[in-house]
Amino acid sequence: MSNLISGAKILLECLVREGVECIFGYPGGVTLPFYDALYDHPIRHVLVRHEENAAFAAEGYARSTGKVGVCCATSGPGATNLTTGLVDAMMDSIPIVALTGQVSSKLIGSDAFQEADTFGITRPCTKHNYLVKNLAELPQVIHEAFYLASSGRPGPVLVDIPKDVFQGHYQYQPVNSIHLPGYKIHLDGHAGQIRRAAQMMWEAKRPYIYGGGGVLASGATKELRELVETLDAPCVLTLMGLGSLPSSHPNFISMPGMHGSYASNMGMTECDLLIALGVRFDDRVTGRLAAFAPHAKVIHVDIDPAEIGKNRAADLPIVGDVKRVLTKLNKNLQELAPAMQAANSGSRKEWWSQVRTWQTEHPLQVETSADEIKPQHLISEIDRISGGNAVVSVDVGQHQMWSAQFIRFNEPRLWLSSSGLGSMGFGLPAAIGAAFARPDKTVIAIMGDGGFQMSVPELGTIASHGLPVKMIIMNNGYLGMVRQWQELFYNNRLSSVTLDSFPDAEKLAGAYGFKGRTIEKPQELRAALEECFAEPGPYLLNVKVTPFENVFPMVPAGAAINEMVLSQPKPVAV
Amino acid sequence: MLQVISLLLENKPGALMRVTGLLSARGYNIESLTVARTTDPTLSRMTIVVDVDSTLRKQVIKQMNRLINVLQAADLSEGPVVARELVLMRVRAAMESRGAILKEAEIFGARVIDSTLEGFALEATGEAEKLDEFIDVMRSYGEIEVTRSGTVAVSLEPRKLRLSSPVATGAGTKSQSTTGVLNG
Repeated sequence: MSNLISGAKILLECLVREGVECIFGYPGGVTLPFYDALYDHPIRHVLVRHEENAAFAAEGYARSTGKVGVCCATSGPGATNLTTGLVDAMMDSIPIVALTGQVSSKLIGSDAFQEADTFGITRPCTKHNYLVKNLAELPQVIHEAFYLASSGRPGPVLVDIPKDVFQGHYQYQPVNSIHLPGYKIHLDGHAGQIRRAAQMMWEAKRPYIYGGGGVLASGATKELRELVETLDAPCVLTLMGLGSLPSSHPNFISMPGMHGSYASNMGMTECDLLIALGVRFDDRVTGRLAAFAPHAKVIHVDIDPAEIGKNRAADLPIVGDVKRVLTKLNKNLQELAPAMQAANSGSRKEWWSQVRTWQTEHPLQVETSADEIKPQHLISEIDRISGGNAVVSVDVGQHQMWSAQFIRFNEPRLWLSSSGLGSMGFGLPAAIGAAFARPDKTVIAIMGDGGFQMSVPELGTIASHGLPVKMIIMNNGYLGMVRQWQELFYNNRLSSVTLDSFPDAEKLAGAYGFKGRTIEKPQELRAALEECFAEPGPYLLNVKVTPFENVFPMVPAGAAINEMVLSQPKPVAV
Repeated sequence: MLQVISLLLENKPGALMRVTGLLSARGYNIESLTVARTTDPTLSRMTIVVDVDSTLRKQVIKQMNRLINVLQAADLSEGPVVARELVLMRVRAAMESRGAILKEAEIFGARVIDSTLEGFALEATGEAEKLDEFIDVMRSYGEIEVTRSGTVAVSLEPRKLRLSSPVATGAGTKSQSTTGVLNG
C-alpha cells in the first residue's frame, strides 16, 4: 500500500506538476497537515505577516512573470483576509491560485472554530472557486484551478480544502486530463472580421491604438509593436498596459484617462478609428462615456466576449487572444499595404503633426524646486536610476499616477500596479512577490505614506529574507489623492486625510535590521537615491515632498476626457 | 414586460448561486426561477424570469456564459418560445359555489386534484398571465392559498451547444517527471 499518500502530499504533488516553486502564505489550525508536508518539501513557502499580503505577493509574482502566483491561508480569518487580493486579481485579470484550509467536512456548517463560508464569500471574488469535499477529487480540482487561472482571461481561482481532506489517505494517480465543457475560450479571432479590421485601419485617417492589460496577458508585445510600426499610428497604454510598448518608442504617447497626458486624451477625442486591444473601456479611461472618442469607429479585440460592448459599442468586435489576432492582423495589413498604404499618407502626416503639437503644447512636466522636493522630481529621479529596467511596484494614489506618467519601461511586466481595484497596501507585498520571482531585477516599491503604513508588518518578511527591495516613500503627510479631491471639489475641507505621525525611517528600518533614511532637501535627493540603490540589501528611503502638490492633468469626475484641468488653479492672493 | 433566460448548467454545488449572484450583485430581483435535472443527470436546466432592460440583459447573459459551470445561457425573450407555469391552489368553497368553481376551473383547463368538505385543491398550467387571471377568478369565490412553480420555457428554435474538449494537465509546465518527490 505504498501508494496511499496523504491529501496534503497529493496537493503538493499536484503543485509540483503545475510548476509551482513558491507559495506565499500564513499557516493556521486547519492547514497544519499541509504545512507539515511542506516542512521538508522543495516548494518554497514564504511566510508573510498578514494573509492579505500573501494574495498581493502572489499577484506581484504573477504580474512580474506571467506565471500563476500561489497563496495560502487558513480557514475563517485567514481566508477572509485573502479576499481583497482576490478581488484585486479579478479586476486586473491576474492569474493566482489561492489555497485555503477549511474546518473538517463533518464540522462545516456548525459554526466551528475559525469557520467561515469561504466558498460562498469568495464566489464573486474569483473567476471560479471550489470546495473539495472528497480527497479523490483533489488532484483534478487543483489542475482545473491552475488551468482556469492561467488560460483565457486570467484570474484568481480559490480552492477550499477541509482539514480531513488534507489528512485523508488515497491511492494517488496523476490526473493527466481535465474536462471543463462549459469553459469556452475564444482564442482565434474571426478571420473575416480581422480582414475587415485591416481594411478599416488602412482607410482610417486618424487611427489610434489603445492597448491594455490584455496585450501583456497574451504576451503580444512584439505583435503590438509590429502593428504600431506598420500602421505608424500613435499608441496609448492604460495603467494596466504600461510596458507593452517600450516607453522610448516614438509612437508611444502616454497613458490616457483621468490623469493621462493632454496628448493621449486629445488623441482619443479626435481620432477617427480607435483600435482597442485587451482593454475594457474603464471609467477612469473614458471619462464621460457619452463624450468619449466621439468621432471614432471602434475596433475592439478582447478574449472575453462579455467585455465587447459592455461600456462602448464596438463597430467591429473581434473576440480572441490579442496575440493571435494581431499576428493575423499584421499579416493582413502587410498584404493590403501595397494597395492602400500610399492613399492616406497625407492625412496620416497631418494626424501625426497634430499629435506632436498636442505633445509639445502640454507635455507632462517635471516640477522642481530649490527648497522642497517636488513629488514629480522624486519620481523622475527614480526613473533616471531605473532607466526603464527595474521592476516598479506602486501603491495607490498620487504617487501611483505620477509614476505612471513619468516612469519608463523598456520591457513588459516591470510595472506592478493595483489598477482596477485600487487597493492601498498593495505596493510593498507585490514588490515582495516580484523580488522572489525576479531576482535578476532591481525591485522598487514606491508608496505613499498612507499605503506604506498599511504594509508596515511586511518589513518583517523583507528582513527575514534580506530582500533587496528599494522602498521609497513619497511622504506628503496626507492621504494625497483624497486630499487633492477635497481641495478641488470639497472646498478644501480636509477631512480625515492628515497623517501627522510617521515613524523615523532610519529607526524603523534599523529596528528590522536594515538601512533607512529620511530626506527633505532637493539637494540630497540624488545622492540619497544612489545610496539606496547601491545598498545590497533592503533600504527604506522616506522622502518628504511638497505636501500640497496635485496630480495634473486631471479629468474631473463626470467630465469628458478632453476637458482636462491642466495645472493647479492659481491661488487668489499670496 | 418580463423576460426569460434559459440556462443549461452543470449540476454542481454553488452553480445556482453563481448564476443568481450575477443578478443580485446588480440589485436585480428575480421574478421566478426554476431549476431541475435534465435527461443527463449531471446537467440542470434553469429558467429565470427577470425584468432587466435589453442592453443590460445581453451583458448579464454574456457574463452567465462566462461562468465555468454554465454550458449555455440564452435569452428567450425574443424568438419563438413556449413558456408555461404550474399553479397549485387550495380554494375554500361554500357548498353553493362549488359547482361554479368547477365550471371556472374547466374554462381555465384546471384539474381537481383533491376535494374535501372545505373546498378543492386545483392544478392548472398555462402562461403566467393566464394563471394570474385564474387566480383572480378563484379568489372571488373564497379564501385561496396558491403555490406557483415559476415559469419553465423551451425555445422552439434549435440552438447549437458548443462545448469545450478535454485538455492535458500541467500544460504550462515542463517538469512532469517529479513523482519521485513523494516516494522519498
